[in-house]
Amino acid sequence: MPIEVLMPALSPTMTEGTLAKWNVKEGDIVASGDVIAEIETDKATMEVEAVDEGTIGKLVIDAGTENVAVNQVIAYILEEDEDASALDNVSASSAPKADAAPAKEEEASSDEAPAAASSSAAPVSASGAIERSEAEPRAMSVMNSTQDEKTYTSFKTQTVREALRDAMAEEMRTDENVFVMGEEVAQYQGAYKVTQGLLDEFGDKRVIDTPITEHGFTGLATGSAFMGLKPVLEFMTFNFAMQAIDQIINSAAKTLYMSGGQLGCPIVFRGPNGAASRVGAQHSQCYASWYAHCPGLKVVAPWSAADAKGLLKAAIRDPNPIVFLENEIMYGQSFEVPDDEDFVLPIGQAKIEREGTDVTIVAFSIMVGKALKAAEQLAEQGISAEVINLRTIRPLDVNTIVRSVMKTNRLVTVEEGWHFSGIGAEIASVVMEHAFDYLDAPVARVTGEDVPMPYAANLEALALPQDSHIVAAAKAVCYR
Amino acid sequence: MATTPKRKRGTTRADNQASSDDLLKYYREMLLIRRFEEKAGQLYGMGLIGGFCHLYIGQEAVVVGMQAAASDEDGVITSYRDHGHMLATGMDAAGVMAELTGREGGYSRGKGGSMHMFSKEKNFYGGHGIVGAQVPLGTGIAFSYKYRGENRVCMTYLGDGAVNQGQVYEAFNMAALWQLPVIYCIENNQYAMGTSTQRHSSSPDLYERGKAYGIPGEQVDGMDVLAVKAAGERAVAHCREGKGPYILELKTYRYRGHSMSDPAKYRTKDELDKMRKEHDPIDMVKKLLIDGNIVDEAGLKDIDKEVKAEVAKAAEFAQNSPEPDVSELFTDILIDA
Repeated sequence: MPIEVLMPALSPTMTEGTLAKWNVKEGDIVASGDVIAEIETDKATMEVEAVDEGTIGKLVIDAGTENVAVNQVIAYILEEDEDASALDNVSASSAPKADAAPAKEEEASSDEAPAAASSSAAPVSASGAIERSEAEPRAMSVMNSTQDEKTYTSFKTQTVREALRDAMAEEMRTDENVFVMGEEVAQYQGAYKVTQGLLDEFGDKRVIDTPITEHGFTGLATGSAFMGLKPVLEFMTFNFAMQAIDQIINSAAKTLYMSGGQLGCPIVFRGPNGAASRVGAQHSQCYASWYAHCPGLKVVAPWSAADAKGLLKAAIRDPNPIVFLENEIMYGQSFEVPDDEDFVLPIGQAKIEREGTDVTIVAFSIMVGKALKAAEQLAEQGISAEVINLRTIRPLDVNTIVRSVMKTNRLVTVEEGWHFSGIGAEIASVVMEHAFDYLDAPVARVTGEDVPMPYAANLEALALPQDSHIVAAAKAVCYR
Repeated sequence: MATTPKRKRGTTRADNQASSDDLLKYYREMLLIRRFEEKAGQLYGMGLIGGFCHLYIGQEAVVVGMQAAASDEDGVITSYRDHGHMLATGMDAAGVMAELTGREGGYSRGKGGSMHMFSKEKNFYGGHGIVGAQVPLGTGIAFSYKYRGENRVCMTYLGDGAVNQGQVYEAFNMAALWQLPVIYCIENNQYAMGTSTQRHSSSPDLYERGKAYGIPGEQVDGMDVLAVKAAGERAVAHCREGKGPYILELKTYRYRGHSMSDPAKYRTKDELDKMRKEHDPIDMVKKLLIDGNIVDEAGLKDIDKEVKAEVAKAAEFAQNSPEPDVSELFTDILIDA
């Protein structure tokens, strides 16, 4: 059978073009890679190369013909052992038809459902739609939160800073693959002293000072995680990780999917997130909603020292890339932490820090403390507030939130970040989907003001959520 | 910490003779890449391959020469012009082609596409679509080799376009500072998409881009597989001796446009024709084979036929393999903890 040369597409959107010029004539011998024709579209002119070798048997379409459909036969090449008589069978059946694609390709298409046809059809096909709802992607965010947290009997008082350090040290003792890397983590003992003592215990092979080079060291650590190492990468603050966000999302979060499950990325990106105090606009931003937006990442935000220790240990053990958002102001605060080597907290489970019946307040990180203070004040005013510490932003513990709202019928979300596309917006949406009929008032969001962080003390305080804002929002949804 | 920069002016030519078997092997490997890419271009034209498709035609001697210098244990990572690298690491042509058509039989089960394929088994780590991003990643793979005390090297490929990305220099600095076993293979095909090296690089000598970090660099004729292999061997030896990173600038040329939809109007036809006629990497080895009486025309034809059959089989598999099951949409996002 002579080889069919088909009108090629220059892009997935091209359906027809002009056969501008033939560079060969019938009888010419061609080899793979030889330019045999030029075709034109409204965008470009391109050369058509022979993919097979042989003799040009017949030019089916004349030079200058417009509107030649993609995949139409434009020429036949005779193979080595063929002569012109081989064309007798094909030339009658494949006279140029300007409005039809060649029959052979059409058949192949319907038999095989190749990519060209299905790329536009598949997403809207009925079977696709059914499968999609059956697979229920959002199930990922509704974690099993019925499992009670293990109870501990012995506790010690620790700062968040110490708890984070202990979590890293304990995991480094049990797994040689765990190493800590970042700016000033080793000799300086951590810009915020979170890695204090690690260099002494584990040496400079496993506690590594980097140059100030976020984009580069994030890519480097991610590459090492592809190989099965377990980097704990410290960003001096998450503000600087914005330089590295391409590596976090495009490389760390997506490679498992892009590789069909071959290449995991067990890495923890940790450091202080959000506003510290009086450090201005570029050093005071909450990135929770940025990272929580992306599939392939887990996003954890501890509040207490127990959260910090239990969740960081879980994050280091987790085989996935984890964004671990700490808070500088919390580093020095002390909490009771279970005194148990096996203490670890499950990622994906929120904690009810205070039970209540009138309104649910959902918060994470430093805002949990503010929510608890607000709950005290609300109690004095006769309002019983339930305070949920999210602990994990993604996957979101929808069950705990929804169950609480079913009980209280009112919800206030609290976050330091901006309201637009924020975590509160997501929670409000989720509650609307799962507990619409239980809501007695619209969900209220308490967020940072929609401005870059000002430096002046009075303005900064105005830009950040305060206890009083939470109290006011809770009263508003209770119509009090 | 400082290394002595070793720089060679001008272009390194092959300075060692390869065995007959080696030459035949390189010929076959380069031909497989070329025929594979031609077929990919054809399937793209038929609408069977979608999206972006960046062909490697013309650059075959680079990856084949470098792989000839490397061991199977060494890692390879590159950008999105990656089909040639996969074939050179020994990945199965059918699995690569089926990924191009977005099918279940593809290396990423159809979820990666032309730019995103991986093979842990063959130590091929992608397949990355953001220009320059693979450079820190490859440096991190080399970091893991050193961390674990393995005597392996990571071949980190980048184009002449990528050398202007900041993260490349961040990686160079750390690789030199920590003496990581990484070879930065700059495939200088002379065009960063449509912008020529003269128009995008303040200095034409890309092998000198590591000078500030004390990384030795060499400029190599990337159309000459033996020159590439010889330079690759020097670079590999440097890394295996624990002397840290090495830069090779492989001067090469891509015959096709940047991607399938690029008509390449930014260069002259004469320039392209001259490269194809006078510097084709496959023709060069062909001549060595014939002149050296290693194989005759008939013998070459047999190889051509074998390669063609392999590519035809790959194309057939890529068209017959089913699309991924719809359930695949939600798999491989996270590993169960």
